Amino acid sequence: MTVIARALPALIGGLLLAAFPLVGGAFYVDLAATIMILAIFALSLELLVGHTGLVSFGHAAFFGVAAYATVLLSSKTVPPSVLWLLPAAMLVAAACALAVGALSLRTRGIYFIMVTLAFAQMAYYVFHDTRLGGGSDGIYLYVKPALAIGGVTLLDLDARLPFYYATLFALCLTYGFLLLVARSRFGHALAGIRANEQRMRAAGFATYPYKLAAFTLGGALAGVAGFLYAVKDGFVNPEILAWSQSGTVLLMVILGGVGSFRGAVIGALAFVLLKELFQSEAVFGGFTRHWQLMLGLVIIAAVALMPQGIVGLSAQWRARRRARPDVVHAD
Amino acid sequence: MPTDVLLRANEITRRFGGLKAVDNVSLDVARGEVHALIGTNGAGKSTLVNVLAGELAPTSGRVELLGHDVTQWSQPRRARAGLGRTYQRTTIFPRFTVLENCRLAAQARHQRPVALLDAAAACATTLALAHDALARAGIDALAGRMAGSLAHGQKRQLEIAMCLATAPQMLLLDEPLAGMGPEESTRMIELLAALKPGHGMLLVEHDMDAVFRIADRITVMVDGAVLATGAPQDVRDNQDVQTAYLGEALSG
Amino acid sequence: MTLATFLVQCLNAIQYGLLLFLVASGLTLIFGIMGVINLAHGSFYMIGAYMAYALAPWAAAHLGGGFFTALLIGLVLSVVLGYLLEWLFVSYLYEREHLQQVLMTYGLILVFEELRSLLFGDDVHGVAAPGWLAGTIPLGELMTYPVYRLFMSGVCLVVALGMWGVIARTRVGMAIRAGATNREMVQSLGIDIRMLYRLVFAAGMALAVLAGMIAAPVSSVYPGMGNQVLIICFVVVVIGGIGSIRGALVAALLVGFVDTFGKVFFPQAAGVLVYLLMAAVLLWRPEGLFRQA
Repeated sequence: MTVIARALPALIGGLLLAAFPLVGGAFYVDLAATIMILAIFALSLELLVGHTGLVSFGHAAFFGVAAYATVLLSSKTVPPSVLWLLPAAMLVAAACALAVGALSLRTRGIYFIMVTLAFAQMAYYVFHDTRLGGGSDGIYLYVKPALAIGGVTLLDLDARLPFYYATLFALCLTYGFLLLVARSRFGHALAGIRANEQRMRAAGFATYPYKLAAFTLGGALAGVAGFLYAVKDGFVNPEILAWSQSGTVLLMVILGGVGSFRGAVIGALAFVLLKELFQSEAVFGGFTRHWQLMLGLVIIAAVALMPQGIVGLSAQWRARRRARPDVVHAD
Repeated sequence: MPTDVLLRANEITRRFGGLKAVDNVSLDVARGEVHALIGTNGAGKSTLVNVLAGELAPTSGRVELLGHDVTQWSQPRRARAGLGRTYQRTTIFPRFTVLENCRLAAQARHQRPVALLDAAAACATTLALAHDALARAGIDALAGRMAGSLAHGQKRQLEIAMCLATAPQMLLLDEPLAGMGPEESTRMIELLAALKPGHGMLLVEHDMDAVFRIADRITVMVDGAVLATGAPQDVRDNQDVQTAYLGEALSG
Repeated sequence: MTLATFLVQCLNAIQYGLLLFLVASGLTLIFGIMGVINLAHGSFYMIGAYMAYALAPWAAAHLGGGFFTALLIGLVLSVVLGYLLEWLFVSYLYEREHLQQVLMTYGLILVFEELRSLLFGDDVHGVAAPGWLAGTIPLGELMTYPVYRLFMSGVCLVVALGMWGVIARTRVGMAIRAGATNREMVQSLGIDIRMLYRLVFAAGMALAVLAGMIAAPVSSVYPGMGNQVLIICFVVVVIGGIGSIRGALVAALLVGFVDTFGKVFFPQAAGVLVYLLMAAVLLWRPEGLFRQA
């Protein structure tokens, strides 16, 4: 496939998203913005899970820490500038990821999953039990940030449309950046670590620094999503750090298809749509109170029946038709 | 005759609880030499190789590589210093192309992790090293194929190529002929023989024909300890070795 | 802190630790033998608690028994449930990657939580301890200690001893010690591996259910109780080393003490201390204190 042909779906997706506010009402624009924020969150985890083979069940911690940092670092009177607030939030998330990663990456496999989960739970308790972030009640963002240069306000994130396009821009940048990483030597080394870490060590790669760098980078990108989340709703509470949030983003990655950045975005979209469906009273009436039951069943079915995710469906179908093992190309 | 010793094992012992998997083993490998390591299953050969490679720490003893004491060195560090190894169970990357398998291995000596803007697939240095290694292993024609789709013998050749791509001086080869038919074995033996100049090789093998064809020295291990070591004919004639390992099938 | 208060806290720490051990041992057993990480293990604890809540009055009304009858029925039910669950669900997880196991069992948690919500609602419920265990014993001149908590510790100790007996002295125990890496050896002992897996899973589930049942009078019965226990159990398993029952016991008691005394001396940091302990162990021994060779 030529470069243009492979980039076409992403380009079309981007254009559709850009054109969306022209046709969608306020509710749907907000929903689309939420999906894009979750897509950035899922992309950041895909770098870890799909690309490096690090199954982290505590990724919500970095998302949440950045969201809280956004609120806590903002002044209550003057719109803070995006130019320093966003990098600050990312830095906080990256620092946490560095600390957690340095310890967690001393373990492997199932230990790693459990340890990342435990550290995320620790972060949850820090925000839930202390006065740092208003405890279990959460805290509000009083004034939303803006992008202003030389006294001229270029972008006021308090308004719906500017925020939407800023989020779209962030999504495109994140996606493009991750594609760059994947094709770089660093990215190829990560892919090798995922495929067979022992082999990489035998060749001469010190794998711990690579994994730690990937983990920190993933945390920083989750911080972008956390920043946008805090700005969008103007409110954060400890539930965004709950382990169910980590489970949700992991689900998005596997739903879309592990090993594919496209898959992370599609997985975020699929998850939000499923959630909207299960919570829709028009379809399920009073049973929507127990929407998590349906979600749980869908998760089990999706993982069992679609191991390669939505992105891998066509390959899975083709393989079944030809009844021979499918060869998956390195993405 | 001046010998350029590449690898030296000095009284290596490795315990697992009460069991001595490797018992006070000493050997060395010089440049241009194939030193074969033979013994029955469970004799401790793989454990010794893992200790030499750096995947396992010895309970006592020293490992010297190119004159340096590398006992405390991690495996990646030893690899970058010139120690390559292959595995008994094929450890190629099945989902990458044959070329990428070697290119990635070569990248270990040319890592440049911060250069995020450069495409790895366009890296001239590693591509050249990869093609060179593939050519020496005789599988350059398969460069574009998916590694997982190769036949078993070709995969073993790729395993060697990946080892060569890191430009090692000392090679640890763990049963490179495992699972190969006679034609493939002959090809592999020729490959190894061609590698002799400039490299030292420690060859763990069960295929006695191959061993006696290319080995310059043989060490026999039994129950973790060295039973005999020396030139192939001397080892073959050694009474202890014959009773303990080779049996009557090979005498004469 | 007076001696009596210290003693009370020690007893609390031991009781909490032993209870954690009961749950964690099931988790580590299932992973050690079958290589399956089961996030829904905490849900089994919750199922146990809700069983105690639901079965006690039913047993009292229909069978004339009380708490202990409910306990017995609950255990039998859990073994049956565990058997069925392994057969219909868990057996499909064996060859899968950890990521898939984690997500599928996560989906199971959601299913169990909502079923609980459907059947029992979302309120907090209390469960009464059996009458003859509801008293207290004196400790020193001023303090007393609930008999029921001593009973809990006692049950856990008995189960721990029973587990040791089975693992150290029976053929099944030998198979368990051989672990997942020695399937051929297990089969050569004449043991059907599928049946072994089914029994181990049922036993693991029963351990968690038992823990939930005996804990119910003390902790009450509430939504989300399973998840809290699960994560602490992960900490126990990480500290103790996965697959090691001995490690689970030592680690569980360690966690019990750190948590109990942590709450006394550092009430604000109480929730966080256990994780700091885990972080310290990771710095020193990443594979746990008693890792399997």
